Amino acid sequence: MLFKALGKIAQTCVVLFVVSVASFGLLKLAPGDPIQIMLGSEYSQESYDSLRSELGLDQPFLVQYADWAIQFVQGNWGTSYVARAEIFTYAFKEALPVTLTLASFSLVFAILVGVPLGVLSAIKKDTIFDAGSAVLALTGTAFPSFLLGILLIWFFAVKLQLFPVMGYVSPWENFWLGIYHMILPGLTLSTYFIAMITRLTRATLIEVLEQPYIAAARARGEPNWRVVWVHGVRNIAMPLVTILGLQLGVLLQGTVLTETVFNLPGVGQMLTSAVLGREYLVVQAGVMMTAVLFIGVNLLVDLSYPFLDPRLRTSK
Amino acid sequence: MNDTALYHVLSIKDLTVFRGAAKILDRVTLALAQGETLALVGESGAGKSTIATAIMRLLENARVTGSATLAGEGDLLTLSERKMVKLRGRRLAMIFQDAGTALNPSYTVGRQLSTTLQRIHGLSKSDARKQAIDLFTSVGINDPEGRMSAFPHQLSGGMQQRVMVAIALAGSPDLLLADEPTSALDVTIQAQIVRLILKLTRERGASCVFVLHDLALASQACDRIAVLYAGQVVESGPARDVLERHRHPYTKQLKSCVLEIGAKDLVAPEGTVPSHDQMPNGCRFCTRCPRAVARCADETPPLVPARPTATGPLDHHIACWNPE
Repeated sequence: MLFKALGKIAQTCVVLFVVSVASFGLLKLAPGDPIQIMLGSEYSQESYDSLRSELGLDQPFLVQYADWAIQFVQGNWGTSYVARAEIFTYAFKEALPVTLTLASFSLVFAILVGVPLGVLSAIKKDTIFDAGSAVLALTGTAFPSFLLGILLIWFFAVKLQLFPVMGYVSPWENFWLGIYHMILPGLTLSTYFIAMITRLTRATLIEVLEQPYIAAARARGEPNWRVVWVHGVRNIAMPLVTILGLQLGVLLQGTVLTETVFNLPGVGQMLTSAVLGREYLVVQAGVMMTAVLFIGVNLLVDLSYPFLDPRLRTSK
Repeated sequence: MNDTALYHVLSIKDLTVFRGAAKILDRVTLALAQGETLALVGESGAGKSTIATAIMRLLENARVTGSATLAGEGDLLTLSERKMVKLRGRRLAMIFQDAGTALNPSYTVGRQLSTTLQRIHGLSKSDARKQAIDLFTSVGINDPEGRMSAFPHQLSGGMQQRVMVAIALAGSPDLLLADEPTSALDVTIQAQIVRLILKLTRERGASCVFVLHDLALASQACDRIAVLYAGQVVESGPARDVLERHRHPYTKQLKSCVLEIGAKDLVAPEGTVPSHDQMPNGCRFCTRCPRAVARCADETPPLVPARPTATGPLDHHIACWNPE
């Protein structure tokens, strides 16, 4: 078990290395010159050259990468020219918690709504309810989240004035106010996931409910709710967790749009402005944080399998 | 059938099951006395398991007619689902073909047994645990305490089936339905499990319906045998009579293909069971029957006493127009 975990962690390091090289290289290839953007429209060749060498952009690619990587792992992520702040503070301490809050709030909300909806669709298979939930799920997957966000703001925040239009309050500082500010963005981001989890739960549960151990549970007189929730739902945990781990990428992607629409100062918003301003170091920091998050969560998913399915536990 | 002579725990009358247009059980009539073991024998697809599942009311996507009366409860086929949930596990229990898939892989076998005990007898957690260990001991599981925390996949097939037997007996049912409980097991273990089930049901005075496809095993293990072909009972009666004094041509073929393996003139039933859209209107065996006569294809033979009552047992019946 421990050995396996160490192996996974080593694998993770390799993936992170590849991701960092790739994103570092891609940024170099991207059009636009950060020095031009920093200097504005009028500058002399000398100031251009001196800034270029000051930032180390005149060095060969590999030297630049090594410089960056060594500094990065030590926590020296550089300075953002636009935000005029240490990138580590700006990205890791300020932006990341916002995104994590939004993402986890949406995910928890999506699970709390999606799983029961999926279970109901599965046990009411081929009824009006099932058909209705399928239509809702399809709509949820197809509806663009930025449009949904704007509609929600227009209706709930502007018309009914029930929720704030935008802005962020950390739930760590003021829990209920934080949740209150998270409701509209959370709803926007989770729509797709509610739909996906509903369909996935339905499909996997229908399959599980055809297993002989479900008939056996009924045969010994277990009431229907126990058959479904204790014997059925327990056995869909693994496929559900796997897909959710893989779909985390979509979730993180979604935070970019949602944060922009609701003006939340998270990683998504940070990345958007950094890409537009050609702030390589900020983009790089954002990409690395996202990659670590994605790989880390999927590592946890892998490590959770033995807990979810006893058959995967190695014998004592 | 002679209904008055014995106290019938279960009597099935004209049990017919449709799946779509196909009639997979056709007017099955059987009765089971208190403490009796009845074997349902026949090729796969004969509807043996369907009978057991229909009695448990666990058949899905099927239309069921006829009746199955459990003593003291009335017709199981028309009871409310609520009432059935109460009967299952308590008066009726079922043992499944493959214990490996009939046990939930996510819970320990101890938990699956003791939650059943808790639910049925309203026991506390610790009492249920004690009783579970006792039950595990009585079904011959060694190290029952240690096995309590084992997951199904950590047990051998034989041990898994012993666990299933323990769970089925948890509510002391008076009718046990064993659906080919040994077909997934090694031959050496098969006899052990069959013996175990018979011993435990006899000790408890319970009746047992045993679905088997082995006529020889059925005749050794059970009091009575019903031979099924394509959803119809073709012959039923005391085990010895059906095995040795059978009169239906299909029983003869079934017996010879079981008992005379290795013999020179092995008579396996020729051909296959017709598919449901080509099923004859009359006796369903007529397409493969060496003794078929003209009326066999058109008229279903009724289940009648196999011999004149003066010479044969009262409850030996056959459904054949031209018996041996």
